[in-house]
Parts: sequence; C-alpha cells; structure tokens
Amino acid sequence: MDDLYREVIIEHYKNPDHRGRLDPHDISFEDENPLCGDHIRIDLRVDEDGKITDVAFDGHGCAISQSSADLLLDSVLGKTVDEVKKLTKADVLDLLGIELGPVRLKCALLPLKILKAGVYGLGEASDSLVEDE
Amino acid sequence: MSEMYKVENKLGAIRADFPILSREVRPGVPLIYMDSAATSQKPEAVIEAMNRYYRWTNANIHRGVHALAEEATAMYESARERIARFIGAGKAREVVFTRNTTESINLVAYTWARKFLSKGDLIVLSEMEHHSNLVPWQILAAEKELRLEFIHVTDEGEFDQESYQGLLEQHPKLVSITHVSNVLGTINPVKEMIVQAHTVGARVLIDGAQSVPHMPVNVKELDADFLAFSAHKMLGPTGIGALWAREETLEAMPPFLGGGEMIKRVYLRTFTPNEIPHKFEAGTPAIAEAMGFGAAIDYLNEIGMDTVAAYESDLVKYGMEALGQVKGLRILGPAADRRCALMAFTMEGAHPHDVAQILDMDGIAVRAGHHCAMPLHDRYNIPASTRASLYLYNTRAEIDQLVISLGKVNKLFN
Repeated sequence: MDDLYREVIIEHYKNPDHRGRLDPHDISFEDENPLCGDHIRIDLRVDEDGKITDVAFDGHGCAISQSSADLLLDSVLGKTVDEVKKLTKADVLDLLGIELGPVRLKCALLPLKILKAGVYGLGEASDSLVEDE
Repeated sequence: MSEMYKVENKLGAIRADFPILSREVRPGVPLIYMDSAATSQKPEAVIEAMNRYYRWTNANIHRGVHALAEEATAMYESARERIARFIGAGKAREVVFTRNTTESINLVAYTWARKFLSKGDLIVLSEMEHHSNLVPWQILAAEKELRLEFIHVTDEGEFDQESYQGLLEQHPKLVSITHVSNVLGTINPVKEMIVQAHTVGARVLIDGAQSVPHMPVNVKELDADFLAFSAHKMLGPTGIGALWAREETLEAMPPFLGGGEMIKRVYLRTFTPNEIPHKFEAGTPAIAEAMGFGAAIDYLNEIGMDTVAAYESDLVKYGMEALGQVKGLRILGPAADRRCALMAFTMEGAHPHDVAQILDMDGIAVRAGHHCAMPLHDRYNIPASTRASLYLYNTRAEIDQLVISLGKVNKLFN
C-alpha cells in the first residue's frame, strides 16, 4: 500500500504534462466517476493516417485518476487510433506500476474508459471498455 | 462534567464490548474506526442477540402457534416496544419496522404524501439533505406535479432561517428535513422549526439517521409528525430501521408494500389491510435484526443518551481544535458547540480520496466522497470531502493519531 503514492504518481499529479484543452480537436470525450467525483475530459487531434498528434486532459480528481490520465496520454501520443482501441486495463496498471483494490481501480481506469469511448465514437462510456477480455 | 466522568471511567469497558475494535487492519496496524456516520460498530450484546435468535428461537413470527413462533413473536414485539420507549413514543404500534431510514422516508412519500398531496402542493426540503431525503420527493413530485423548494444553507453550515420563513409563507404541506447533517455535523433547531411549520398547517418529517444514535430524541417533545432512523448507525445491525408517526396518522395512511402480514383478509380480487403497524410490514421481516436492534437500544439505555451526547460533545471540541492545527485543512460546518461528533474537511493540494487512502495506511477508517449529499457539496463548490465521524467508542488518543497521519498527507502532497 505504501507504494501507492510512488513518486511518479505524485509528480504527474502535481505537474502534469498534458493538462489543458485542445481547440480545435478531432475527438473529445468526458465522463466522471460518481463514487468520488473524479471528472476528466480528454481531447485528441488525429492526422489523416489515424495517428494521434496532440493530446490534452482536463478535470479534477484524486492523484490516481489524474496521474493515470497524464501517463496514459503520454503513452498514446504518436500511436494510431486502432492501437488505442486495443489498450487494456493491464496497460494502465503497467504505466502506474502499482496494484489497486477494486475501488481505486475505478479511479485508475477512468481515463482509459474515456479515451476508448472517444476513439470508438460512443455516446456513453461503459465499464466493459476496460474490463478484461 | 460528571456525565463526562461517567463515560471516561467506563471507556475501557465500552471499547472491550466491541470485538472489532481489537482487530488489526493489517499486521501491526490497529483499527481506528472513524466512519460511524456511515455505519457504527456493534457491541457483543447485539451480535449475541442475533446469534441467540438463530441458535435457539428461529421461527417465523405472528402466524405460528408453536412454542418457537410464540417466543420469536414476543421478542420481535418487545424490540418494537423498547424502540418506542427510547424515542418517547406513546405506543409501540406507532413504530413501523422498515429496512432503514431511506425506506422509512420512501414509505411516507409513497403512502402518506401520495394520498394527501396533490398537484401544485409544496414540499419544503433543504440544501443539506442526504440523497435519501431528496430523491423520493423528486420521484413523487414528478409523478404528482408537486413543487419542491429548499431551505438555503449558510456559509457556516446552518439553515438560513430567513429562507425558511419565506417558504413557510407559501403554505407547504410537508417540511422534510434532517435533524443532524451527515456532512456538516450541524444540529438543526428542529423543535422551533416544527412549531413554525405547524403554525402554517404543514406536517414535518425529521430524518433522524444521524441524531437518534447520538443524542436524546423524544418525538413528543419535538412534536414531529414523522421520525425516520436506522439501527445500523446506532450499534444495531444493518437491514432494519424504523418509522415513527402518531397512531392517527398511520391509521389514515394506505398500505405500503402488498403481501403477507400486511393483510387482515384476502379475496381473489381485493383485500382488507391489517392493523397498524403490521399494515406497513409486508412479508417476513428482518426478525434477527429486530432482536439486534432491541439489544442496541438496551445497550445505549444502559449508558444513557445524555452521557453519550456529553461525551461526544467533548470529543468533537477536542477534535475541532486538533484538526484546526493541521496546515491547509478546512473543516466544513459550524463551531463545535453546535455540531455532532463528525468532522468533514478538505485539505489543500490533496484530494479527499487520497487523504482517506493515506489515513488507511495507518489503520484509520474515514470516508471520502460526497457522502450522499452531492447538492450540499455543490453548494460549497467542492467536489468531495473527507469525513471523520466519531461515536462513544472513540478516544482522544485516536484523534491525536489522526492529526499525526494528516501530517503525512501534507508531507506527500505539499
């Protein structure tokens, strides 16, 4: 448990690389975790080849959800939309480098849920987007 | 002070009555439980009462004539009588067993209000209500085109009495408000507010979920029309709560859920309802839980609610001063002398969820989030808060540890 607030998580929480909004953007999606009030919006710019060229997130929430958003966006920069569709829960946990209980897992996975709902062009984000196959 | 002395003296014994308080959360980390506003811990006597029912008396109530059924029925009804006495109710049949406070409020919405309120009628609620005293009225208001208005809450966390007076001038049919806020801790002046509501002909429902466990509450002195509360927040089990209303009010209300026990006679196409309170208790109820509820009442009576209130009042004064020393910490709600023993707070630079997680590392159980009061958090423009809620088994030493652990939060985030 003491590892939960690893330096990398605190660092990305306090000084995120990708906080802000993109205007104009090609993809934008927002959602919240009603449990703790975490709210995140993700904006993406995508070029003609489907490659992600610009990323930004905005919102508020706990260190886990906010650092997860920052780390996740960092990792998808330069990837294609199709590659993003294949991202899983395990990828996010690898980025964070921590193990989480069921409650905090929802915080960690909120950014991926939003990102995938965005690239799939869904009307609503669903937990099934980040569940194990 | 003599009351204080009584509990302080008995404290060691009180803590030993709660088996869970001696456990460690993780090896070497003892539990410091500060989440009693969500649910309280249970003394051995409550656990044992339920155990005894299942081991010795288990039978369905009210219909059997065999020995076990007679015993179980007598014990179930005895619990009801002790609960009635505990809240100063005139008669045991004025106490309806429900699942919890939420169901008690829903019962009033779906039976009394659905029958007696009609299009355009006004229900007065407040900005500090728990979702359980908002959503049932929202559902009913949509169905019957009722109006909902809300008593404002001041920056200090108290009802804005001026806004209440303004709403009373519009002649509401019902005022439904909380006695103690589960976020601000505010003890609301409901007695005066009930007098004022009655002057304009409104009925009053008091949400007693956070008051009945912590202070003497007497329905006759309050002169309320409905009182809703839960067993599990007052040392009893989950799954059982109560609704109190005067005999004549309950008589006038239609039944709630349909089924067995709530009927006197059933025909293929019609039925005649049972007498109160059974009219509102369809199906096999939470029998073991009623035994536990009764045992919780006995336990609290043994200590005395005046003693509980005095001890908690001292504890929260100490807690407010101690938390006031933590850098960047802001407590929601009024001063110590106007609140119950719960403190919700925000910390600069740290999200409540992270605060709660770091406290958990030291075995401290607090709650983080909106505490089922989203509109109240909107009112103060904060997404969430961390809440330490205390009860008669908490100590000053535990508050000292809380302060030390909050220091760790500051070290990590600031």
